[in-house]
Amino acid sequence: MRKILDHHVAILLGIVVVGSVIFNVWSPWQFTEIASNWEFIDFTVKVTWWICGVAFVLLGLFMAWAIWRYKYHESGESHYEPEHPVLESWLTIITSIGVVIMLAPGLIVWDDYVQVPPDAMEVEVLGEQWTWKFRFPGEDGIFGTTSVKKNVERGLDGTTFEPNITSLNPFGMRDGDPHGEDDILIASNVLHLPLDRNIKVVMRSKDVLHNFWVPEIRAKMDMVPGMITYFWFRPTRTGEFEILCAELCGRSHHNMRGTMYIDTQEDFEAWLDSQVTWAEMKAGQVPEEPIVAKGRQVADQNGCFACHSLDGTSVVGPTWQGLWGREVVLDDGSTVIADEAYIVESIVEPNVKLVEGFGSVMTPYAFEDDEMEALLRFLQETAK
Amino acid sequence: MATAEIPYQETAPLHHPKTWIGKYVFSQDHKVIAVQYGITAIAVGLVALFLSDLMRIQIAYPEFMDWFVEDYYYQAITMHGMIMVIYLLTAFLLGAFGNFTVPLMCGARDMVFPFVNMLSYWVYLISVIILLLGYIPGLGGPTGAGWTLYPPQTITEGTPGADWGIMTMLASLAVFIVAFTMGGLNYITTILQARTRGMSLMRMPLTVWGIFVATFLGLLAFPALFVSAIMMILDLKIGTSFFMPAIVSMGQTLAHDGGQPLLFQHLFWFFGHPEVYIVALPAFGVVSDLISVHARKNIFGYRLMVWALVFIGILSFIVWAHHMFVAGMHPYFGFFFATTTLIIAVPTAIKVYNWVLTLWKANIKLTVPMLYALSFVLTFIMGGITGLFLGNVIIDVPLSDTYFVVAHFHMVMGVSPILAIFGGIYHWYPKLTGRMLNDTIGKWHFWITFLGTYIIYFPMHYLGFIGVPRRYYENFDSSFYPASAQLLNEVITWTALFVGVAQLLYIGNLVHSYFYGKPAGDNPWGANSLEWCTPDTPPSHGNWGDKLPTVHRWAYDYSVPGSDKDFIPQTVPQGQSS
Repeated sequence: MRKILDHHVAILLGIVVVGSVIFNVWSPWQFTEIASNWEFIDFTVKVTWWICGVAFVLLGLFMAWAIWRYKYHESGESHYEPEHPVLESWLTIITSIGVVIMLAPGLIVWDDYVQVPPDAMEVEVLGEQWTWKFRFPGEDGIFGTTSVKKNVERGLDGTTFEPNITSLNPFGMRDGDPHGEDDILIASNVLHLPLDRNIKVVMRSKDVLHNFWVPEIRAKMDMVPGMITYFWFRPTRTGEFEILCAELCGRSHHNMRGTMYIDTQEDFEAWLDSQVTWAEMKAGQVPEEPIVAKGRQVADQNGCFACHSLDGTSVVGPTWQGLWGREVVLDDGSTVIADEAYIVESIVEPNVKLVEGFGSVMTPYAFEDDEMEALLRFLQETAK
Repeated sequence: MATAEIPYQETAPLHHPKTWIGKYVFSQDHKVIAVQYGITAIAVGLVALFLSDLMRIQIAYPEFMDWFVEDYYYQAITMHGMIMVIYLLTAFLLGAFGNFTVPLMCGARDMVFPFVNMLSYWVYLISVIILLLGYIPGLGGPTGAGWTLYPPQTITEGTPGADWGIMTMLASLAVFIVAFTMGGLNYITTILQARTRGMSLMRMPLTVWGIFVATFLGLLAFPALFVSAIMMILDLKIGTSFFMPAIVSMGQTLAHDGGQPLLFQHLFWFFGHPEVYIVALPAFGVVSDLISVHARKNIFGYRLMVWALVFIGILSFIVWAHHMFVAGMHPYFGFFFATTTLIIAVPTAIKVYNWVLTLWKANIKLTVPMLYALSFVLTFIMGGITGLFLGNVIIDVPLSDTYFVVAHFHMVMGVSPILAIFGGIYHWYPKLTGRMLNDTIGKWHFWITFLGTYIIYFPMHYLGFIGVPRRYYENFDSSFYPASAQLLNEVITWTALFVGVAQLLYIGNLVHSYFYGKPAGDNPWGANSLEWCTPDTPPSHGNWGDKLPTVHRWAYDYSVPGSDKDFIPQTVPQGQSS
């Protein structure tokens, strides 16, 4: 007992080291099951894990032992030896070898990671605060070009431009690019991909940095506005996987989720066939009454669609689809009919009557009368 | 021979302060400035500690604090990170330890530019105040962009504090850099010009070496942050587009065009990586000295320790992009930066070996400062080896932006340097105040802090392995990890709250012992370096009385064979043993 108390520091340090090893072995929290070709990444992790783990245990236990063995005695004396060049050289050499063993496979896999196989099928991921959209190149296999602005005119007195990304052109497709007409546009956060095909994910962002990440795939890469980034992978099992944003992108970063389904080739093709192309999307857009079009423009310019969808999905705020005239449940449990009075109140004082399940994140908006009228007409129209 | 010269500071007149304000407020005495830096850094560090506890409660119990909305969370992570890295760690290790130890350990009367040194503290205080102005109510709060401040989100509407908060942050950083530059020039000039007779560079204690190299890094790295802060202010206020491409923010197409967000990241990390070593190298130095003194043994491989510090310092400038492996830069950079990063592991490992080997055949006194130093080594080993995961580019791909990264950097540059600071304060407090700290409280604080932080951060690596992303206000139920992960989060939170509150023990000890601590005497630890040879304890203004000390040996002559005591101070001539 006396001995244990005397050596409690050494003992506790030893327990920390051994406890870490036990935790590692028995932990239920290990790498998620892989669903792609990147098993070599997991292998490299294992190599590093072993080398580092052994180094940690050896150093930690050596410390604990030394503290036990060389505890202070009044009569004790340390060994005086300022340097030991041979020992120091050996330690340097052994460490360097360990580093090479870890680095070499890492660099080989990285080389694979950045070189896309030529047969890879392309899919584009478009990030925006705080949702995902996807695009396939269509029959011609070539993505149409995109832009954020159009009719840009630069002059000495400043630059003028028109927005090219709007609710009618959510992908910012560039007018007059023939490659864009057959592009398949998926304006929702659900993506389907085929099993066992090499897939090149090309990524862009409308606004800030995002990062397309499916933990089971292992791969990830930031999406940078103004640039196109990429990675590739090959799905190795079917199923439903969660898409996360892995780069802080503002106050709703944690809400930026999506779903990726890995399907058999047939299922994938059936799904893809049911999606619209850019040409079909344009053709399906019936001309709107001027006041409705103006309402849409107001909503576009004020960024309403960043939080409110028109297709029934809940983003940050409630969807506008079918909202007008519907009964909604508020967060205090009461219900209210979403009539003109309620909607105006929700625009002007958005945090007074919150719809159940949504936070108080919207800032109040004050519109001119004509803008408000147009916006209300647009909302009414989208409910149909 | 250099020892024949009379050092300038021995003959230069000292202007003693005539008023209380001159002595304790606008003081030019490096020791008072060190205390001012230290108290301010600890005070602002407590703010950051409080914010981290709020974050932990939110992560473990997302329903518990209704009022703690998304904005508050992201503002808390940003302020916590920035305060800890810059305003606590950098300010404490260089501002407090640098100021206190450099003149005393080099045998100087004071810094060579005492007035500039005083300004350095007051400008630092201003930068802290500007930073906290971000919390003025009604202006949207501080920035919530994360401490890395990546544009475009930093200055667009989807991020909290994108207008007022980011301005206070950038302005505060710019002012801090001014303060750092004034302090840093002082440390370097003092070390190069004001060492006493016989104090050759290769006789300097490793604490001074760590501070010396770290200050060089700071003076070379901080300008990159300074210019990026200025460029971002221009983007925000004048409408330039250094970092801003054409984007649609919250539905509105902005006028910016043609800027490059990655440019900011390169500038930021060109500062940010050396910053890790600005924090780590002084901690390395302090720990080397603590281990040697309290193990009653010379530090093993002194010359290699010095060269390792220098080599790490140089390498730290060519590894920055390992923070950007998945940022979208040209993929071939990955090969280069992974290689340089793993090379830096070699000199770092050498330092660890030499600390551990110093314990071998030593005569180890398990004093409280020694406990902190030993726990530093173990924590640093853990944080260092996880760095080998993240530095190896392909392993970084699945792990980056997860809790693995959070665990790694908290171990390596959060907990480790904090433990070194605790140890260093405990070690030098007797010289600073003339009184010993209370060992019982010290030991309680030590075990709670060391074991507590280990319980917080060791399991956190595993949250990263299962894929829990960092910087998430809420983690909902995800399919790719077991529900038990939330249980782990709760354990971490309770531990963090406990460890957070336990820090009051240390502060209480500092205050209590100042009045009631045991008298320390001149050299309670039996240490060799010059600060323990001052004629007065606490040292008076000018440190050395009439004559500067003369140095005859290195600082690590412990347990020299044939000597009657187990230490020989640096002032003792060769051939004598006491």
